[in-house]
Amino acid sequence: MIPPTFDYLQPKTIPEAIALLQQYGDDAKILSGGQSLIPMMKLRIARPAYLIDINRIAGMSYVKEEDGHLKIGGLTREAELESSPLVRSKYPIILDTTRVIADPQVRNLATLAGNLAHGDPANDHPATMLALGAKVIATGPAGARVIPIEDFFLSLFTTALAPNEIVTEIQIPVPPALSGGAYFKLERKVGDFATAAVAAQLTLDSSGTCQQVGVGLTNVGPTPVKARKAESFLRGKKPDEGNIRQAAQLASDEARPSSDLRGPAEYKKGLVKELAFRALSRAVERAGR
Amino acid sequence: MAKKQVVHVKVNGREREAEVEPRMLLVHFIREVLGLTGTHVGCDTSHCGACTVLVDGKTVKSCTMFAPQADGCELFTVEGLIKDGQLHPLQEGFKEEHGLQCGFCTPGMLMSSYALLQKNAKPSEDDIRWGISGNLCRCTGYQNIVKAVQYAAQKMEQGGTK
Repeated sequence: MIPPTFDYLQPKTIPEAIALLQQYGDDAKILSGGQSLIPMMKLRIARPAYLIDINRIAGMSYVKEEDGHLKIGGLTREAELESSPLVRSKYPIILDTTRVIADPQVRNLATLAGNLAHGDPANDHPATMLALGAKVIATGPAGARVIPIEDFFLSLFTTALAPNEIVTEIQIPVPPALSGGAYFKLERKVGDFATAAVAAQLTLDSSGTCQQVGVGLTNVGPTPVKARKAESFLRGKKPDEGNIRQAAQLASDEARPSSDLRGPAEYKKGLVKELAFRALSRAVERAGR
Repeated sequence: MAKKQVVHVKVNGREREAEVEPRMLLVHFIREVLGLTGTHVGCDTSHCGACTVLVDGKTVKSCTMFAPQADGCELFTVEGLIKDGQLHPLQEGFKEEHGLQCGFCTPGMLMSSYALLQKNAKPSEDDIRWGISGNLCRCTGYQNIVKAVQYAAQKMEQGGTK
Protein backbone atom coordinates (compact mmCIF):
# COMPACT_ATOMS: atom_id res chain seq x y z
CA MET A 1 0.00 0.00 0.00
CA ILE A 2 1.41 3.32 -1.09
CA PRO A 3 0.36 6.55 0.63
CA PRO A 4 -0.54 9.67 -1.39
CA THR A 5 2.39 11.99 -2.14
CA PHE A 6 3.57 14.47 0.46
CA ASP A 7 6.45 16.84 1.01
CA TYR A 8 8.88 15.66 3.66
CA LEU A 9 10.24 18.28 6.05
CA GLN A 10 12.96 17.77 8.61
CA PRO A 11 13.18 20.56 11.18
CA LYS A 12 16.22 20.47 13.43
CA THR A 13 14.70 22.45 16.31
CA ILE A 14 11.33 22.69 18.06
CA PRO A 15 10.75 26.35 16.98
CA GLU A 16 11.45 25.34 13.37
CA ALA A 17 8.91 22.52 13.63
CA ILE A 18 6.31 24.88 15.13
CA ALA A 19 6.95 27.44 12.37
CA LEU A 20 6.24 24.72 9.80
CA LEU A 21 3.02 23.81 11.61
CA GLN A 22 2.05 27.50 11.58
CA GLN A 23 2.76 27.70 7.88
CA TYR A 24 0.96 24.54 6.75
CA GLY A 25 -1.78 24.20 9.40
CA ASP A 26 -4.17 21.32 8.84
CA ASP A 27 -2.26 20.16 5.75
CA ALA A 28 0.65 19.08 7.95
CA LYS A 29 1.15 16.19 10.34
CA ILE A 30 3.96 15.57 12.80
CA LEU A 31 5.85 12.32 12.21
CA SER A 32 7.18 10.96 15.50
CA GLY A 33 7.40 7.15 15.78
CA GLY A 34 4.93 6.94 12.91
CA GLN A 35 3.62 3.56 14.01
CA SER A 36 -0.01 4.73 13.91
CA LEU A 37 0.33 7.54 11.37
CA ILE A 38 2.13 5.59 8.63
CA PRO A 39 -0.42 2.73 8.60
CA MET A 40 -3.19 5.35 8.42
CA MET A 41 -1.43 7.08 5.53
CA LYS A 42 -1.04 3.75 3.74
CA LEU A 43 -4.77 3.16 4.13
CA ARG A 44 -5.25 6.78 2.96
CA ILE A 45 -7.28 7.57 6.07
CA ALA A 46 -4.66 10.26 6.83
CA ARG A 47 -3.49 12.31 3.85
CA PRO A 48 -1.14 15.05 5.03
CA ALA A 49 0.35 17.17 2.24
CA TYR A 50 3.34 17.93 4.47
CA LEU A 51 4.97 15.48 6.81
CA ILE A 52 7.04 17.16 9.51
CA ASP A 53 9.54 14.58 10.75
CA ILE A 54 10.66 15.64 14.24
CA ASN A 55 13.03 12.69 14.69
CA ARG A 56 16.09 14.82 13.86
CA ILE A 57 15.42 17.25 16.70
CA ALA A 58 18.10 16.63 19.33
CA GLY A 59 17.48 16.43 23.06
CA MET A 60 13.85 15.29 23.01
CA SER A 61 14.49 11.76 24.17
CA TYR A 62 14.99 11.28 27.91
CA VAL A 63 13.58 9.79 31.10
CA LYS A 64 14.55 11.62 34.28
CA GLU A 65 13.30 12.72 37.68
CA GLU A 66 13.45 16.45 38.26
CA ASP A 67 11.49 18.95 40.42
CA GLY A 68 9.25 16.27 41.87
CA HIS A 69 8.30 14.86 38.48
CA LEU A 70 9.22 12.00 36.24
CA LYS A 71 9.88 13.77 32.95
CA ILE A 72 9.65 11.89 29.68
CA GLY A 73 10.79 13.61 26.50
CA GLY A 74 8.49 13.99 23.52
CA LEU A 75 10.57 11.60 21.40
CA THR A 76 11.20 8.94 24.04
CA ARG A 77 10.52 5.53 22.50
CA GLU A 78 8.60 2.71 24.14
CA ALA A 79 11.76 0.60 24.02
CA GLU A 80 13.60 3.27 26.01
CA LEU A 81 10.90 3.26 28.68
CA GLU A 82 11.03 -0.53 28.75
CA SER A 83 14.78 -0.54 29.39
CA SER A 84 14.95 2.55 31.64
CA PRO A 85 16.32 1.59 35.10
CA LEU A 86 14.23 4.41 36.59
CA VAL A 87 10.99 3.10 35.07
CA ARG A 88 11.87 -0.49 35.95
CA SER A 89 12.61 0.29 39.59
CA LYS A 90 10.08 3.00 40.45
CA TYR A 91 7.27 2.99 37.88
CA PRO A 92 6.15 -0.63 37.38
CA ILE A 93 2.78 0.57 36.04
CA ILE A 94 4.58 2.22 33.09
CA LEU A 95 6.63 -0.92 32.51
CA ASP A 96 3.41 -3.02 32.59
CA THR A 97 1.95 -0.68 29.98
CA THR A 98 4.83 -0.31 27.57
CA ARG A 99 5.47 -4.06 27.47
CA VAL A 100 2.00 -4.82 26.13
CA ILE A 101 2.07 -2.20 23.38
CA ALA A 102 2.37 -3.75 19.93
CA ASP A 103 5.62 -5.74 19.55
CA PRO A 104 9.39 -5.21 19.89
CA GLN A 105 9.89 -3.70 16.41
CA VAL A 106 7.05 -1.22 16.84
CA ARG A 107 8.26 -0.31 20.34
CA ASN A 108 11.68 0.55 18.92
CA LEU A 109 10.06 3.48 17.08
CA ALA A 110 6.77 4.26 18.83
CA THR A 111 6.77 7.10 21.36
CA LEU A 112 4.78 7.76 24.53
CA ALA A 113 3.95 11.29 23.32
CA GLY A 114 2.62 9.93 20.04
CA ASN A 115 0.57 7.32 21.87
CA LEU A 116 -1.20 10.18 23.68
CA ALA A 117 -1.33 12.76 20.86
CA HIS A 118 -2.93 10.27 18.48
CA GLY A 119 -6.04 10.43 20.69
CA ASP A 120 -7.00 6.81 20.10
CA PRO A 121 -8.98 5.41 23.06
CA ALA A 122 -7.59 1.97 22.18
CA ASN A 123 -4.04 3.10 22.95
CA ASP A 124 -2.59 1.93 26.24
CA HIS A 125 -0.74 4.90 27.75
CA PRO A 126 -3.77 7.20 28.10
CA ALA A 127 -5.34 5.05 30.86
CA THR A 128 -2.02 4.77 32.68
CA MET A 129 -1.37 8.51 32.42
CA LEU A 130 -4.90 9.18 33.72
CA ALA A 131 -4.22 6.89 36.69
CA LEU A 132 -0.89 8.64 37.35
CA GLY A 133 -2.30 12.17 37.00
CA ALA A 134 0.19 13.08 34.27
CA LYS A 135 0.59 16.49 32.62
CA VAL A 136 1.16 16.97 28.92
CA ILE A 137 3.55 19.77 28.00
CA ALA A 138 2.43 21.26 24.70
CA THR A 139 4.75 23.71 22.98
CA GLY A 140 3.43 26.20 20.44
CA PRO A 141 4.34 29.62 19.02
CA ALA A 142 3.71 31.29 22.42
CA GLY A 143 5.82 28.77 24.32
CA ALA A 144 4.97 25.79 26.48
CA ARG A 145 1.72 25.18 28.36
CA VAL A 146 0.62 22.44 30.72
CA ILE A 147 -2.43 20.35 29.87
CA PRO A 148 -3.64 18.08 32.69
CA ILE A 149 -4.17 14.63 31.20
CA GLU A 150 -7.81 14.57 32.31
CA ASP A 151 -8.45 17.58 30.01
CA PHE A 152 -6.42 16.20 27.11
CA PHE A 153 -8.75 13.71 25.40
CA LEU A 154 -11.71 15.51 23.84
CA SER A 155 -13.28 12.93 21.52
CA LEU A 156 -12.31 10.09 19.21
CA PHE A 157 -8.87 10.96 17.74
CA THR A 158 -9.23 14.54 19.02
CA THR A 159 -7.11 16.03 21.78
CA ALA A 160 -6.71 19.44 23.39
CA LEU A 161 -3.52 19.93 21.38
CA ALA A 162 -3.79 22.99 19.09
CA PRO A 163 -2.87 22.47 15.41
CA ASN A 164 0.33 24.48 15.95
CA GLU A 165 1.45 22.63 19.09
CA ILE A 166 3.77 19.69 19.67
CA VAL A 167 3.90 17.45 22.74
CA THR A 168 7.42 18.12 23.99
CA GLU A 169 7.29 16.43 27.39
CA ILE A 170 5.13 14.33 29.69
CA GLN A 171 5.38 14.95 33.43
CA ILE A 172 4.27 12.52 36.10
CA PRO A 173 4.27 13.57 39.76
CA VAL A 174 6.77 11.38 41.62
CA PRO A 175 4.56 9.07 43.71
CA PRO A 176 5.02 9.42 47.50
CA ALA A 177 6.12 6.49 49.68
CA LEU A 178 3.59 3.63 49.94
CA SER A 179 2.46 4.07 46.33
CA GLY A 180 1.90 1.37 43.77
CA GLY A 181 0.33 0.89 40.39
CA ALA A 182 -0.39 -1.73 37.75
CA TYR A 183 -1.80 -2.10 34.24
CA PHE A 184 -3.80 -5.17 33.23
CA LYS A 185 -4.72 -5.73 29.59
CA LEU A 186 -6.52 -8.49 27.77
CA GLU A 187 -5.51 -8.75 24.12
CA ARG A 188 -6.38 -11.47 21.63
CA LYS A 189 -2.78 -11.79 20.48
CA VAL A 190 0.52 -9.93 20.77
CA GLY A 191 0.24 -6.60 19.04
CA ASP A 192 -3.54 -6.33 19.19
CA PHE A 193 -5.34 -3.42 20.75
CA ALA A 194 -6.89 -4.12 24.14
CA THR A 195 -10.24 -5.85 24.27
CA ALA A 196 -10.21 -3.86 27.50
CA ALA A 197 -7.51 -2.77 29.93
CA VAL A 198 -7.35 -1.08 33.32
CA ALA A 199 -4.66 1.07 34.92
CA ALA A 200 -4.69 1.61 38.68
CA GLN A 201 -2.41 3.73 40.85
CA LEU A 202 -2.80 4.37 44.54
CA THR A 203 -1.03 5.78 47.59
CA LEU A 204 -1.63 4.47 51.10
CA ASP A 205 -1.03 6.25 54.40
CA SER A 206 0.73 4.59 57.33
CA SER A 207 -2.56 3.10 58.54
CA GLY A 208 -3.10 1.48 55.14
CA THR A 209 -5.90 3.82 54.04
CA CYS A 210 -6.04 5.00 50.40
CA GLN A 211 -4.95 8.62 50.12
CA GLN A 212 -4.76 8.98 46.36
CA VAL A 213 -6.44 6.73 43.82
CA GLY A 214 -6.25 6.87 40.03
CA VAL A 215 -8.08 4.50 37.71
CA GLY A 216 -8.00 4.68 33.90
CA LEU A 217 -9.75 2.45 31.34
CA THR A 218 -8.61 1.55 27.81
CA ASN A 219 -10.81 0.99 24.75
CA VAL A 220 -14.18 1.07 26.47
CA GLY A 221 -15.50 4.39 25.16
CA PRO A 222 -14.94 7.10 22.55
CA THR A 223 -12.14 8.51 24.74
CA PRO A 224 -9.92 6.98 27.42
CA VAL A 225 -12.00 6.81 30.60
CA LYS A 226 -11.06 8.20 34.01
CA ALA A 227 -13.08 6.07 36.43
CA ARG A 228 -13.93 8.86 38.86
CA LYS A 229 -16.58 6.98 40.83
CA ALA A 230 -14.24 4.11 41.51
CA GLU A 231 -11.51 6.57 42.53
CA SER A 232 -13.66 8.56 44.96
CA PHE A 233 -15.19 5.40 46.43
CA LEU A 234 -11.77 4.02 47.40
CA ARG A 235 -10.30 7.31 48.61
CA GLY A 236 -10.26 7.32 52.43
CA LYS A 237 -11.01 3.61 52.63
CA LYS A 238 -8.91 0.55 53.35
CA PRO A 239 -8.27 -1.35 50.13
CA ASP A 240 -9.53 -4.69 51.44
CA GLU A 241 -11.01 -7.25 49.08
CA GLY A 242 -14.60 -6.07 49.56
CA ASN A 243 -13.77 -2.44 48.84
CA ILE A 244 -11.65 -3.34 45.82
CA ARG A 245 -14.52 -5.46 44.45
CA GLN A 246 -16.91 -2.54 44.93
CA ALA A 247 -14.50 -0.09 43.24
CA ALA A 248 -14.05 -2.53 40.35
CA GLN A 249 -17.84 -2.72 39.94
CA LEU A 250 -18.00 1.10 39.83
CA ALA A 251 -15.24 1.21 37.21
CA SER A 252 -17.18 -1.30 35.13
CA ASP A 253 -20.32 0.87 35.46
CA GLU A 254 -18.33 3.84 34.12
CA ALA A 255 -17.15 1.93 31.02
CA ARG A 256 -19.06 2.65 27.79
CA PRO A 257 -17.79 -0.06 25.46
CA SER A 258 -19.36 -0.86 22.13
CA SER A 259 -19.81 -4.33 20.70
CA ASP A 260 -17.31 -5.15 17.98
CA LEU A 261 -15.11 -7.97 16.70
CA ARG A 262 -13.38 -8.13 20.10
CA GLY A 263 -16.63 -8.99 21.86
CA PRO A 264 -20.03 -7.76 22.96
CA ALA A 265 -20.32 -4.67 25.18
CA GLU A 266 -21.64 -6.70 28.11
CA TYR A 267 -18.61 -8.99 28.03
CA LYS A 268 -16.27 -6.00 27.98
CA LYS A 269 -17.98 -4.51 31.02
CA GLY A 270 -17.48 -7.80 32.85
CA LEU A 271 -13.88 -7.76 31.73
CA VAL A 272 -13.32 -4.24 33.09
CA LYS A 273 -14.66 -5.39 36.46
CA GLU A 274 -12.22 -8.30 36.65
CA LEU A 275 -9.24 -6.37 35.26
CA ALA A 276 -9.92 -3.48 37.66
CA PHE A 277 -10.00 -5.93 40.55
CA ARG A 278 -6.66 -7.40 39.48
CA ALA A 279 -5.02 -4.04 38.76
CA LEU A 280 -6.13 -2.54 42.08
CA SER A 281 -5.06 -5.66 44.00
CA ARG A 282 -1.62 -5.60 42.36
CA ALA A 283 -1.34 -1.85 43.01
CA VAL A 284 -2.03 -2.41 46.73
CA GLU A 285 0.53 -5.22 46.81
CA ARG A 286 3.14 -3.00 45.20
CA ALA A 287 2.31 -0.05 47.46
CA GLY A 288 2.95 -2.19 50.50
CA ARG A 289 6.45 -3.16 49.44
CA MET B 1 4.82 15.51 -7.47
CA ALA B 2 6.55 15.88 -4.15
CA LYS B 3 10.12 17.01 -3.91
CA LYS B 4 12.48 14.03 -4.04
CA GLN B 5 14.80 13.22 -1.16
CA VAL B 6 18.34 11.97 -1.23
CA VAL B 7 18.69 8.90 0.94
CA HIS B 8 22.20 7.84 1.88
CA VAL B 9 22.62 4.64 3.83
CA LYS B 10 25.30 2.17 4.75
CA VAL B 11 23.74 -1.21 4.04
CA ASN B 12 25.53 -4.34 5.28
CA GLY B 13 28.72 -2.27 5.38
CA ARG B 14 28.35 -0.74 1.90
CA GLU B 15 27.59 2.93 1.21
CA ARG B 16 24.61 3.45 -1.10
CA GLU B 17 22.70 6.53 -2.16
CA ALA B 18 19.58 7.23 -4.20
CA GLU B 19 17.02 9.94 -4.78
CA VAL B 20 13.47 8.80 -4.04
CA GLU B 21 9.97 10.10 -3.47
CA PRO B 22 9.47 10.69 0.26
CA ARG B 23 6.51 8.31 0.30
CA MET B 24 8.68 5.38 -0.69
CA LEU B 25 8.61 2.84 2.13
CA LEU B 26 11.92 1.59 3.44
CA VAL B 27 11.09 -1.99 2.43
CA HIS B 28 10.60 -0.93 -1.20
CA PHE B 29 13.81 1.10 -1.06
CA ILE B 30 15.68 -1.97 0.15
CA ARG B 31 14.12 -4.36 -2.35
CA GLU B 32 13.68 -2.25 -5.45
CA VAL B 33 16.32 0.49 -5.20
CA LEU B 34 19.10 -1.36 -3.39
CA GLY B 35 18.14 -4.64 -5.05
CA LEU B 36 18.24 -6.62 -1.81
CA THR B 37 15.21 -8.87 -2.11
CA GLY B 38 15.92 -11.05 0.92
CA THR B 39 13.74 -8.71 2.97
CA HIS B 40 10.13 -9.69 2.33
CA VAL B 41 6.90 -7.76 2.08
CA GLY B 42 4.43 -9.84 4.06
CA CYS B 43 1.25 -8.30 5.41
CA ASP B 44 2.26 -4.72 4.55
CA THR B 45 0.31 -3.63 7.65
CA SER B 46 2.96 -3.78 10.39
CA HIS B 47 1.72 -7.07 11.83
CA CYS B 48 3.75 -9.96 10.45
CA GLY B 49 7.38 -8.84 10.78
CA ALA B 50 8.57 -10.43 7.50
CA CYS B 51 10.03 -7.03 6.53
CA THR B 52 12.07 -6.67 9.75
CA VAL B 53 15.51 -5.09 9.27
CA LEU B 54 17.95 -3.39 11.61
CA VAL B 55 18.24 0.39 11.43
CA ASP B 56 21.18 1.60 13.51
CA GLY B 57 21.14 -1.70 15.36
CA LYS B 58 17.43 -1.71 16.20
CA THR B 59 14.77 -3.85 14.60
CA VAL B 60 12.03 -2.04 12.73
CA LYS B 61 9.27 -3.11 10.39
CA SER B 62 10.49 -1.60 7.14
CA CYS B 63 6.93 -1.46 5.75
CA THR B 64 6.15 1.13 8.43
CA MET B 65 8.97 3.56 7.91
CA PHE B 66 9.63 5.92 4.99
CA ALA B 67 12.96 5.61 3.20
CA PRO B 68 14.04 9.22 3.97
CA GLN B 69 13.73 8.46 7.69
CA ALA B 70 16.67 6.09 7.27
CA ASP B 71 18.88 8.74 5.65
CA GLY B 72 22.30 8.66 7.29
CA CYS B 73 21.58 5.36 9.04
CA GLU B 74 23.20 1.95 8.99
CA LEU B 75 20.97 -0.80 7.65
CA PHE B 76 21.48 -4.46 8.30
CA THR B 77 19.46 -6.95 6.28
CA VAL B 78 19.39 -10.73 6.00
CA GLU B 79 22.00 -10.54 3.20
CA GLY B 80 24.49 -9.22 5.74
CA LEU B 81 24.45 -12.36 7.88
CA ILE B 82 26.66 -14.55 5.69
CA LYS B 83 30.40 -13.95 6.18
CA ASP B 84 33.02 -15.20 3.70
CA GLY B 85 30.62 -17.80 2.36
CA GLN B 86 29.97 -19.11 5.88
CA LEU B 87 26.41 -19.17 7.13
CA HIS B 88 25.80 -17.19 10.30
CA PRO B 89 25.13 -19.51 13.30
CA LEU B 90 21.50 -18.37 13.19
CA GLN B 91 21.15 -19.40 9.55
CA GLU B 92 22.83 -22.68 10.36
CA GLY B 93 20.49 -23.14 13.33
CA PHE B 94 17.38 -22.57 11.21
CA LYS B 95 18.70 -25.15 8.75
CA GLU B 96 19.72 -27.75 11.34
CA GLU B 97 16.64 -27.43 13.54
CA HIS B 98 14.11 -27.07 10.71
CA GLY B 99 13.26 -23.54 11.81
CA LEU B 100 11.36 -22.96 8.60
CA GLN B 101 9.04 -24.67 6.21
CA CYS B 102 7.92 -22.25 3.50
CA GLY B 103 10.60 -19.75 4.52
CA PHE B 104 8.64 -16.58 3.94
CA CYS B 105 8.92 -15.30 7.52
CA THR B 106 12.53 -16.45 7.90
CA PRO B 107 14.39 -13.24 6.94
CA GLY B 108 12.39 -11.32 9.54
CA MET B 109 12.79 -14.09 12.11
CA LEU B 110 16.54 -14.05 11.53
CA MET B 111 16.77 -10.29 12.00
CA SER B 112 14.70 -10.28 15.20
CA SER B 113 16.70 -13.23 16.58
CA TYR B 114 19.94 -11.53 15.60
CA ALA B 115 18.97 -8.35 17.48
CA LEU B 116 17.93 -10.46 20.47
CA LEU B 117 21.26 -12.32 20.61
CA GLN B 118 23.19 -9.05 20.33
CA LYS B 119 21.50 -7.85 23.52
CA ASN B 120 21.16 -11.17 25.30
CA ALA B 121 23.69 -13.88 24.46
CA LYS B 122 22.02 -16.50 26.66
CA PRO B 123 18.30 -16.06 26.21
CA SER B 124 15.81 -18.31 27.97
CA GLU B 125 12.98 -19.84 25.96
CA ASP B 126 10.72 -17.06 27.24
CA ASP B 127 13.26 -14.42 26.17
CA ILE B 128 13.35 -15.93 22.67
CA ARG B 129 9.57 -16.06 22.38
CA TRP B 130 9.45 -12.46 23.61
CA GLY B 131 12.15 -11.44 21.14
CA ILE B 132 10.27 -12.87 18.15
CA SER B 133 6.82 -11.82 19.36
CA GLY B 134 6.59 -9.30 16.50
CA ASN B 135 7.16 -11.98 13.86
CA LEU B 136 4.47 -14.35 12.65
CA CYS B 137 5.12 -17.83 11.28
CA ARG B 138 2.25 -19.88 9.89
CA CYS B 139 4.19 -23.12 9.33
CA THR B 140 6.32 -24.13 12.28
CA GLY B 141 4.27 -23.39 15.36
CA TYR B 142 7.45 -21.61 16.53
CA GLN B 143 8.85 -24.70 18.31
CA ASN B 144 11.68 -25.22 15.86
CA ILE B 145 12.37 -21.51 15.55
CA VAL B 146 12.99 -21.40 19.29
CA LYS B 147 15.29 -24.41 18.95
CA ALA B 148 17.11 -22.76 16.05
CA VAL B 149 17.80 -19.65 18.11
CA GLN B 150 18.97 -21.79 21.04
CA TYR B 151 21.27 -23.65 18.65
CA ALA B 152 22.72 -20.36 17.43
CA ALA B 153 23.16 -18.95 20.92
CA GLN B 154 25.11 -22.03 21.95
CA LYS B 155 27.21 -22.05 18.81
CA MET B 156 27.98 -18.35 19.12
CA GLU B 157 29.02 -18.78 22.73
CA GLN B 158 31.40 -21.60 21.80
CA GLY B 159 32.73 -19.93 18.70
CA GLY B 160 32.82 -16.38 20.00
CA THR B 161 30.97 -15.12 16.90
CA LYS B 162 28.91 -11.95 16.97
